[in-house]
Amino acid sequence: MEYFLQQLINGLTLGAVYGLIAIGYTMVYGIVGMINFAHGDIYMIGAFNALICFLVLGVAGITWVPLALLIVLIVSVVLTSVYGWSVERIAYRPLRGQSRLAPLISAIGMSIFLQNYVLLLHGARGKPLRAPISGGFTLMEHDGFTVQLSFVQMGIIGITVLLMLGFTYVITQTKLGRQQRACEQDMKMASLLGVDINRTISVTFVLGAGLAAVAGMMVTMYYGVIDFYIGFVAGIKAFTAAVLGGIGSLPGAMLGGLLIGLIEVFWSGYFTVEYKDVAAFSVLVLVLIFRPTGLLGRPEVEKV
Amino acid sequence: MSMAAPQPQTAVDPLLRVEHLSMRFGGLVAIDDVSFEAPQNQITAIIGPNGAGKTTVFNCLTGFYKPTIGRLTLNAPHGRFLLEQIDGFRIAQRARVARTFQNIRLFAGMSVLENLIVAQHNKLMRASGMTLGGLFGFGGYREAERQAVELARDWLDRTALTAHADAPAGSLPYGGQRRLEIARAMCIDPVLLCLDEPAAGLNARESHELNELLLRIRDEHKIGVLLIEHDMSVVMGISDHIVVLDYGRKIADGAPAAIRQDANVIRAYLGEPEHEDLPSAVAADIEKRGG
Repeated sequence: MEYFLQQLINGLTLGAVYGLIAIGYTMVYGIVGMINFAHGDIYMIGAFNALICFLVLGVAGITWVPLALLIVLIVSVVLTSVYGWSVERIAYRPLRGQSRLAPLISAIGMSIFLQNYVLLLHGARGKPLRAPISGGFTLMEHDGFTVQLSFVQMGIIGITVLLMLGFTYVITQTKLGRQQRACEQDMKMASLLGVDINRTISVTFVLGAGLAAVAGMMVTMYYGVIDFYIGFVAGIKAFTAAVLGGIGSLPGAMLGGLLIGLIEVFWSGYFTVEYKDVAAFSVLVLVLIFRPTGLLGRPEVEKV
Repeated sequence: MSMAAPQPQTAVDPLLRVEHLSMRFGGLVAIDDVSFEAPQNQITAIIGPNGAGKTTVFNCLTGFYKPTIGRLTLNAPHGRFLLEQIDGFRIAQRARVARTFQNIRLFAGMSVLENLIVAQHNKLMRASGMTLGGLFGFGGYREAERQAVELARDWLDRTALTAHADAPAGSLPYGGQRRLEIARAMCIDPVLLCLDEPAAGLNARESHELNELLLRIRDEHKIGVLLIEHDMSVVMGISDHIVVLDYGRKIADGAPAAIRQDANVIRAYLGEPEHEDLPSAVAADIEKRGG
């Protein structure tokens, strides 16, 4: 029971991170109808930005933790958003209106570029960070097994919930969200009504990158070590989460993220760590066989 | 010394002037040197057999295509625009030309009301100081959004869609979708409204209601309406002026009564009359049976 609870907490934490990255995939897919394969690497860039910022603040002597966290959050989100914007500008916009394969390839190119850029800049070794926040609550103690909920885990879950609520509000209630949904449904028509499509798409990439940066920062604090390759695996997992939840659906992305996180953690907790990815992807395969639109995806209804 | 005779009133520039418009796709000439005018406060119909290039004219006007040759001048009350030089979304944003489609293009997954609010997005954009104000809901933006909703509701009333305001646009019956598309186009506050076969698929009663809606739009909003239509009861019933295209060329241009009798138009629609004598054996056979 205690073991189960601990795994549940760990799984939710990991799932929240996947969910945040998955939202970036699902939003971009919703609006331009293709997968942004560089998104995982944007998350990696976000983690590096956070790490660098932590170190700079350490040197500058800003040690009051809440202030440091706030500065890191803002700096990392802003810088990473610039990367997101650039990816769209360089790899997507020039290819708009071309065949769907062209931007797919250029996004993969962008992903390879970003990985190697960080590899050359920072080297291949993992970069450690001394945990800025430690400690937590002990929820239960039984037979020498303690169930821990750390402050970082609470932070990750709390921030994720807040961001999700905020995003749901933006998409459903604001002008920006309406523009995005209009572009998603019929880009040409939206432009005939005076919606600046390029701007809307840029904003979408920037928002996605911002969320990825938050995820990157949280992972840096949670695991305490990052390297140039973390974006690849996390990106694939988050992509899986987005497809599992129903690509194009925001709550779907979050749900998919949580499921993938939980499956992974429970599988490694009760069976073998080595096959945790196999477990996660098997669930994806099953869902795609029995429910090809994903859990919350809307099926395409064709009127005849 | 007598006063100088008053200058003859220089003809007011028409709302839309299309001059020498040609559109080629490779070797295919879709429109060949078409010129016409669409005055403000009038309904100008563009008719012609299938493939005559009517929709291509619309596509040039709304920035889907860049014309191969030609000048498209819009003399709007708020300024003068050369439509062939403006790209994409700015035609709706700056020049305020609105358009509907032959195959309806609503945002099917959004609510009926939202479809109308998206169309007013430029007003909201200005009110919000480009996005940020809107995100946090500042006063000026609140007010602008309230007005947008009000205008949308007003159009829902006029198109008899109020009861469906919160339903997804895709779930409306066909006639309702047609009306919603026109309401949405009107929500961008256009000076020129381009309607591509608005009566297609409507039954007699619905198409009669459409006529009334279009006449009211013309009379109350004082805008120019360009209308592509096959349904002659609509065309002859409401247009002030008809332009006829055939194989990409203009073959007639005038008031409905004149067009009805125009020999070129009749030939384009009905083909050349055939004066061919029946073979004598057949003629004899008919005669015998008839007699």
